Amino acid sequence: MTTNTQKTDAKKQDSMSTPTLAPHQDAPTGHKPDGRVGGGLFDPKQLLKSLPDAFRKLDPRVMVKSPVMFVVLVGSVLTTFFSFKDPGDWFGWTISAWLWLTVIFANLAEAVAEGRGKAQADTLRKAKTDTVARRLLADGTSEEQVPGTELTIGDLVVCEAGDIIPGDGDVVEGVASVDESAITGESAPVIRESGGDRSAVTGGTKVLSDRIVIKITTKPGETFIDRMINLVEGAARQKTPNEIALNILLASLTIVFLLAVATLPPFADYAGSELGMVVLVALLVCLIPTTIGALLSAIGIAGMDRLVQRNVLAMSGRAVEAAGDVSTLLLDKTGTITLGNRQASEFVPVRGTTEAEVADAAQLSSLADETPEGRSVVVLAKQKYGLRERHQGELAHAEWIEFTAQTRMSGVDVDGRKVRKGATASVIAWVREEGGEVADDADTIANGISEAGGTPLLVAVKDERGARVLGVIHLKDVVKDGMRERFEELRRMGIKTVMITGDNPLTAKAIAEEAGVDDFLAEATPEDKMALIKREQAGGKLVAMTGDGTNDAPALAQADVGVAMNTGTSAAKEAGNMVDLDSNPTKLIEIVEIGKQLLITRGALTTFSIANDVAKYFAIIPALFAAVYPGLDKLNIMGLSSPDSAILAAVIFNALIIIALVPLALKGVQYRPVSADKMLRRNLTIYGLGGLIAPFIGIKIIDLLISLIPGIG
Amino acid sequence: MSPVLADVLLVTALIGALALVHRPLGDYMAAVFQSRKHFWVEKWIYRSVGANPDAEMRWPAYLRGVLAFSALSVLFLYLLQRVQDKLPLSLGFKPITPDQAFNTAASFVSNTNWQSYSGEVAMSHVTQTMGLAVQNFVSAAVGIAVAVALVRGFARSRTGDLGNFWADLVRCTIRILIPISVIAAVILIAAGAIQNFGDIHTVTTLTGDKQAISPGAVASQEAIKDLGTNGGGFFNANSAHPFENPNGFTNWLEIFLLLVIPFSLPRTFGKMVGNVKQGYAIVAAMGIIWFLGVVTVTWIEYAHPGTASQLAGGAMEGKEQRFGEGPSSLFAVSTTMTSTGSVNSFHDSFSGLSGGVLLLGMMLGEIAPGGVGSGLYGMLIMAIIAVFIAGLMVGRTPEYLGKKIGTREIKLAACYILITPALVLIGTALAMALGKGESSMTNIGAHGFSEVLYAYTSASNNNGSAFAGFAANTEYHNTMLGLCMVLGRFLPMVFVLALAGSLADQKPVPATAGTLRTEKPLFTGLLVGAILIITGLTFFPALALGPLAEGLA
Repeated sequence: MTTNTQKTDAKKQDSMSTPTLAPHQDAPTGHKPDGRVGGGLFDPKQLLKSLPDAFRKLDPRVMVKSPVMFVVLVGSVLTTFFSFKDPGDWFGWTISAWLWLTVIFANLAEAVAEGRGKAQADTLRKAKTDTVARRLLADGTSEEQVPGTELTIGDLVVCEAGDIIPGDGDVVEGVASVDESAITGESAPVIRESGGDRSAVTGGTKVLSDRIVIKITTKPGETFIDRMINLVEGAARQKTPNEIALNILLASLTIVFLLAVATLPPFADYAGSELGMVVLVALLVCLIPTTIGALLSAIGIAGMDRLVQRNVLAMSGRAVEAAGDVSTLLLDKTGTITLGNRQASEFVPVRGTTEAEVADAAQLSSLADETPEGRSVVVLAKQKYGLRERHQGELAHAEWIEFTAQTRMSGVDVDGRKVRKGATASVIAWVREEGGEVADDADTIANGISEAGGTPLLVAVKDERGARVLGVIHLKDVVKDGMRERFEELRRMGIKTVMITGDNPLTAKAIAEEAGVDDFLAEATPEDKMALIKREQAGGKLVAMTGDGTNDAPALAQADVGVAMNTGTSAAKEAGNMVDLDSNPTKLIEIVEIGKQLLITRGALTTFSIANDVAKYFAIIPALFAAVYPGLDKLNIMGLSSPDSAILAAVIFNALIIIALVPLALKGVQYRPVSADKMLRRNLTIYGLGGLIAPFIGIKIIDLLISLIPGIG
Repeated sequence: MSPVLADVLLVTALIGALALVHRPLGDYMAAVFQSRKHFWVEKWIYRSVGANPDAEMRWPAYLRGVLAFSALSVLFLYLLQRVQDKLPLSLGFKPITPDQAFNTAASFVSNTNWQSYSGEVAMSHVTQTMGLAVQNFVSAAVGIAVAVALVRGFARSRTGDLGNFWADLVRCTIRILIPISVIAAVILIAAGAIQNFGDIHTVTTLTGDKQAISPGAVASQEAIKDLGTNGGGFFNANSAHPFENPNGFTNWLEIFLLLVIPFSLPRTFGKMVGNVKQGYAIVAAMGIIWFLGVVTVTWIEYAHPGTASQLAGGAMEGKEQRFGEGPSSLFAVSTTMTSTGSVNSFHDSFSGLSGGVLLLGMMLGEIAPGGVGSGLYGMLIMAIIAVFIAGLMVGRTPEYLGKKIGTREIKLAACYILITPALVLIGTALAMALGKGESSMTNIGAHGFSEVLYAYTSASNNNGSAFAGFAANTEYHNTMLGLCMVLGRFLPMVFVLALAGSLADQKPVPATAGTLRTEKPLFTGLLVGAILIITGLTFFPALALGPLAEGLA
């Protein structure tokens, strides 16, 4: 019990020694500060804006990275070449044009996805203006002016109010408030100080007050802001393992269909039908999985972008993918599961007093207590007992006793009446000192509260009836709203949640039960955390966690997804594979969802793409061979108007579906936290069955439109 | 009893018998491959070949065993045919020509049993019993061994060890194939199949012609021919020959024999990976495709489209009167979908669309239920592909049976699914482009093309059945089909074993509510869909120009 109270006190002391500027821990999830790239909505204007980039990407050296689209590019070149040989053939030209469009649409999808990151990169670049660093010379006092780009690791630089910090580093001397809005988008300044967990500063941010000495820890060009620019621009984008695997499968399907089409001429020849290069290429392009091939990289970029929009920077796409696979989440109790501080939840009177009396005394004695716990007593008294909040000035001749870590009590002496509230031991000692008796049930109540995981504070008074304990304030950790539901969702998704806390097992258990987490780790040391992660991983599970302190670094590095808080130390940021600029630990849950959404989008569009082939066969095969084998016209179940129109309709559908699906690729498939079974059933219905049916309708409509053009159909 | 009702009862009895047997047989096979004991005869074999049956093999060693054993088998079988005239019991037959000897050796070692010869007028007693019959056992055992190695890949973790090839091969032969074959052979003999080492009887027919009646150890070869999904008949007429398949009962029994191991192996798989439900999901996918095939072909044959059949009042051309349309269709679908290739009727004579279904059955990669062993590993590869595509849709890196399907796994599975389509399509296209196809056809038009397509499909997928009418015994086709059989058998095994090794290396991922449930009907449906769309669509253009063009005309 007492340890917990001490903890609270220690915290208070700590916050008093530095200017109080708490990181915005309780920022609403998914919040988007101004001046940053907007939400996931897709603006058609982006298509036009990205068109030049789409053309630039036609470079075969770039195209070859996507085997499916490379085949389409080669096909386009071939059909164009054959159209030149037969310039009067409108069919060849039209097919060629649509094949080129197919390639350009694919590039456009990627360009649009990248374009959204570019805007962000530009904002970041502004922060990266050439700075002049004031480097400390060896004597420790004199300075020299050097360009920020010439700093090396280990250099000491001085920054004063108004200076832009020239590079990433740790504060080794002084305290300052720093404006980090350039990278976090958050305008409220933060405190950076030497030593401890808030020593890391980022190049490009601005010192607002005081003077600090910074030890540079990163080479120029590799700073946090440089990496961020690379990340959001997609320059550092590497294909993730799953993306590579999918590409291999798509390549092998492309080869299979290439074989199916390439071996067709001798078969057709025997049947007495001569197949031109144009129709063969058209057939091939329709069969190979162009839809997913075109959108695959856009999906990946958009997935990273969704994280960026939530102010999370993933250092690798691999981490985003791993997030989808996470099966164990380690969540810090404070700030993630519970509100930052304990709050008063009830007043328990001892025998002979009433609840109202306790409430009144508790409120009075807490007016001088500015800690969150103290404030919560006043709030509870108002909410539950209708006691109007009194202000210190209202009571004349009152002597206020403020809460300190030494006395661990607060209170007031007014009109000959002394009221106190505080830690059990302190209050008991005070009552005895004042010559009073401690009611024997006070101890029982206090112990009961401790055992239930709460913290008891005693309320005592000394008046004409002598000194005595009135009752007990029950302080408890308040679980954030909606956490229980959130954990329930996670459980349905197959994710186990483990609460990490420094509390004793009893307290931890009570909170764990209330919050609905699956497991908890009490009195957790960094070593315990590390051991837990290793244990889970040994069982084949992927673990995600958040952390900010230097002692979290090894665990962050060990976890499959380690999200470092931006307020944390550079060691933590270096060890994790993601950084949350908002420093909001609850975001871990969203990160997992984004990872899942990324994989789902890939799977859904692959399924859709492959299912599309059925309809295309029914369009093209009868068109190619009904002339030699009239029976095959029975396969023309869509009743397409002419062979040329059928093939063209299939090719046009194939191209247009790419553009039609760009918004979905960028936004991601709708994700709901349900069991794998339900999710599969739903997605299979939409993208599997839908993928079978949609092209039948689409091709028929396009064919109808084509047949309206005079001279065709 | 109407023929339709009789057919329904026949199929029901078949499914019932398979359902009854698959469990004890599947469990027994699992026990055989997990057993630590060696029989004295097995110990004697290990000693004589110098193998240590208790030494665990990693995948390259296992593969070396498979390839070395098979290469030696091809060589031995080739030589045996080339010198058969100098050996006893030659029946006076000449040595087989080099191209046909290669083709036959490749065919029997690859469990294809494509026959470009007529057994009764070409192969001596020694060749049949010491060569072909032995391969009927061991080539089947090799397939099962590779499947078991893949299953161990799923079942084991953090080890590259896949078991011992020699132990798997010997045990499969001694403890599974031989005992069942013996029982089956005795039943076949009792039911009227012949079994002797006599000389050729020459009889004078009613019209005064001389006819040679060939004797032989038929019943024993018949049993393993079907049980091991081999399909190489003692006689050219195969199971249409009354000595091989005398009556309706033996016909039913032979169908049962060719389905029983492929349909029981998923149980073995489920047992070995510690979750029999996973086996049920696989067997259900196999069963659904097989059943769809049976219903479609039977229905088309009863409808007997086509002028000639309509006039005759039935599609009985190429079918045996003692079997009829239904049992012939059931046999045809079962033999093409199990990579057996024995026939009791001539697939060439089935109506166009039925021929298409039989072709498709092979083109799907012989996985429903497929050859012994090869059917299971082929289906598991398709399961991996299906899991990979659909697994993404549940928002996790795909995993199957707790093993992640990563880059390496998908690379190997993708290579696997490339091989047979490549062999079938390139083989057929080359034959057509070089004019070799047309010169071997005995029909014109789409049907003629179907004959060529069927031959290369059958060889590449190790089925072995022929669309009668295709003159296969030419130097070109003997060589090319031989290559298709060898490559179609052993290249996939390379990828299967490499995959098994990579799976066995992994540590398992525990299943959670977020894991794709691969033992549920939804997954079975998905698997069937993936097979039909991915493999089926590869062959759509070729099928359109053959059976579809003919059947829809």
